Amino acid sequence: MRPVYVIAGGITKFAKANPAKDFRLMVKEAFDSALADLGGKLTPAEIDGSVISYFSDHFTRQLKAGAMVQDFVGLCPKPHVRIEGGGATGGLCFQQAWESIASGRYEVVAAMGFETMSQVETAKGNEFIALASDTDYDFPVGGYYNGYYAMMVVRHMHEFGTTEEQFARIAVKNHNNACHNPYAQERLALTLEDVMRSEYIAWPLKRHDICVMSDGAAVCLLASEKAAEKFCRNPIRISGIGAGSDCMRFADRPHGQVPLLPHEKKSDYKHLKYPGVHSFRAGRVAAMGAYKMAGIENPVEDLDVIELHDAYSSSELQTYEDLGLCKYGEGGRFIDQGQSTLQGKLPVNPSGGLLACGHPVGATGLMQAATLFWQLQRTIPKHFGNDKLQVKNARRGLIHSHAGTGTYVTVTILEKP
Amino acid sequence: MPTEPRLPEIERGTEVFAVDPLTIRTHFEVDYQHSYKQDTPFFHGLAKGKLLGSHCPKCSYKFATPRVHCMYCGGPTQWFELPTEGRVHSWTVCYFAAQEFLKEVPFTLVLVEFKGVDTLFLSRLVGVERRDIKIGMKAKARFRRKATWTVRDVYFVRAET
Ligand SMILES: [Zn+2]
Repeated sequence: MRPVYVIAGGITKFAKANPAKDFRLMVKEAFDSALADLGGKLTPAEIDGSVISYFSDHFTRQLKAGAMVQDFVGLCPKPHVRIEGGGATGGLCFQQAWESIASGRYEVVAAMGFETMSQVETAKGNEFIALASDTDYDFPVGGYYNGYYAMMVVRHMHEFGTTEEQFARIAVKNHNNACHNPYAQERLALTLEDVMRSEYIAWPLKRHDICVMSDGAAVCLLASEKAAEKFCRNPIRISGIGAGSDCMRFADRPHGQVPLLPHEKKSDYKHLKYPGVHSFRAGRVAAMGAYKMAGIENPVEDLDVIELHDAYSSSELQTYEDLGLCKYGEGGRFIDQGQSTLQGKLPVNPSGGLLACGHPVGATGLMQAATLFWQLQRTIPKHFGNDKLQVKNARRGLIHSHAGTGTYVTVTILEKP
Repeated sequence: MPTEPRLPEIERGTEVFAVDPLTIRTHFEVDYQHSYKQDTPFFHGLAKGKLLGSHCPKCSYKFATPRVHCMYCGGPTQWFELPTEGRVHSWTVCYFAAQEFLKEVPFTLVLVEFKGVDTLFLSRLVGVERRDIKIGMKAKARFRRKATWTVRDVYFVRAET
């Protein structure tokens, strides 16, 4: 495998509804903004192919929507493929794009993602998403994702004593970060009281613990070393790739042992049955793969910034543990101590995350990638119009993409060469 | 003079949500002939008031939600009858739902654990207030008198302790 670089990113402003622009036009805007970032040095003619990510054909009401994006942005007759893996679609797309360069197949590739969720009412949207759970055993019971994640965190609370206030603190952190991100959908300076007083959607998850439906698109351009040198002044290297999976039905997951990271010991988890429904085994496995490839031994020491999949404030807390930022059971304390705030030891979701930026599924993982790319390029002030969210001296970062109840998870490490 | 051919005019108009950008109502509905295929015995079981899981004779692993092949050795599993009483492993009360279930809110989802069984079963818990639900509480399976031939034919209620 040869080295692969991110050379540009582009995002549309995520919005509850963008009725004036269809998915092709949104992707085109993100695509053009990525090209513009390279000062016109790269044109579509030099892109060898694309990987396109969108989650739901139900939302699009259009099969083969990827083909429409490909022609709209002017990449025909070059090859392209669609990637789909629920909420992790964007992360999987990014990794597929990486593979197309690492393998030597392409010199430059476009990873393009979108979702247009405003096509239906919110309850119908929840139903479309719930169809990504087992439609014979889970959905007919009244199953949907707010309920599944609620049950997962209820068990986490039982195992470890995690509290509603602890994950509410994550919602506060992410929403306040987003106030300085012009691309974010919900720029609300929420207080802990605001989150705690918002209505229950699925106990103990409240309105502000849950991300919003969104319309949006995001694009990343990846390149070989040679092409990166030619087209980009400050490319960022992809140094670690990891991915994992877990049973579609969370009821089917084992109650076994924790796969250990280098800085953990078996004795740390003597009585813990893992993953059960309290943790995301796919996230742990993805982290292990990415850390090994990037040579990361202690993530809190070795990473400077993280953009992770916080569709729920509770799942950000659970993900701290999967990524080994703290031990299993210590996610609540990690946020209590402010470790993941902008001023903390390891800022998590400085963008505002999915909770505040929105979660247009197929675009989300690529939005995270573009944001982290800017962090490491130290160009957040240029892209956000202010320097509030720029993590000082950020050199190495992590992006994490996650599909419903943790069925697919990707972890990717980026670093400044 | 021959008349110019023309399409007939429509009789009913189209519902318009917004004029610019033009936003219209379109409808999509489909009836499937959905077969439960190899899982059919599970649904037959529900109609007879039985909850069937899968047991791997090679690994001695017991799955509460059935699968005809073992996830660990790949071998075929055997059907076995689950106990009708279990315990609440986790739970939530839903105050909002997918559109199909909106009219049923609030309702309680539970993951049920059974003694000696390695995995869980997702179902509804009926008749227990939120403040009274506890992890570890006993719950027993109840079956609808009239089968719907779906997993909703079974639900759980609080078991006497
Ligand atoms: Zn077996």
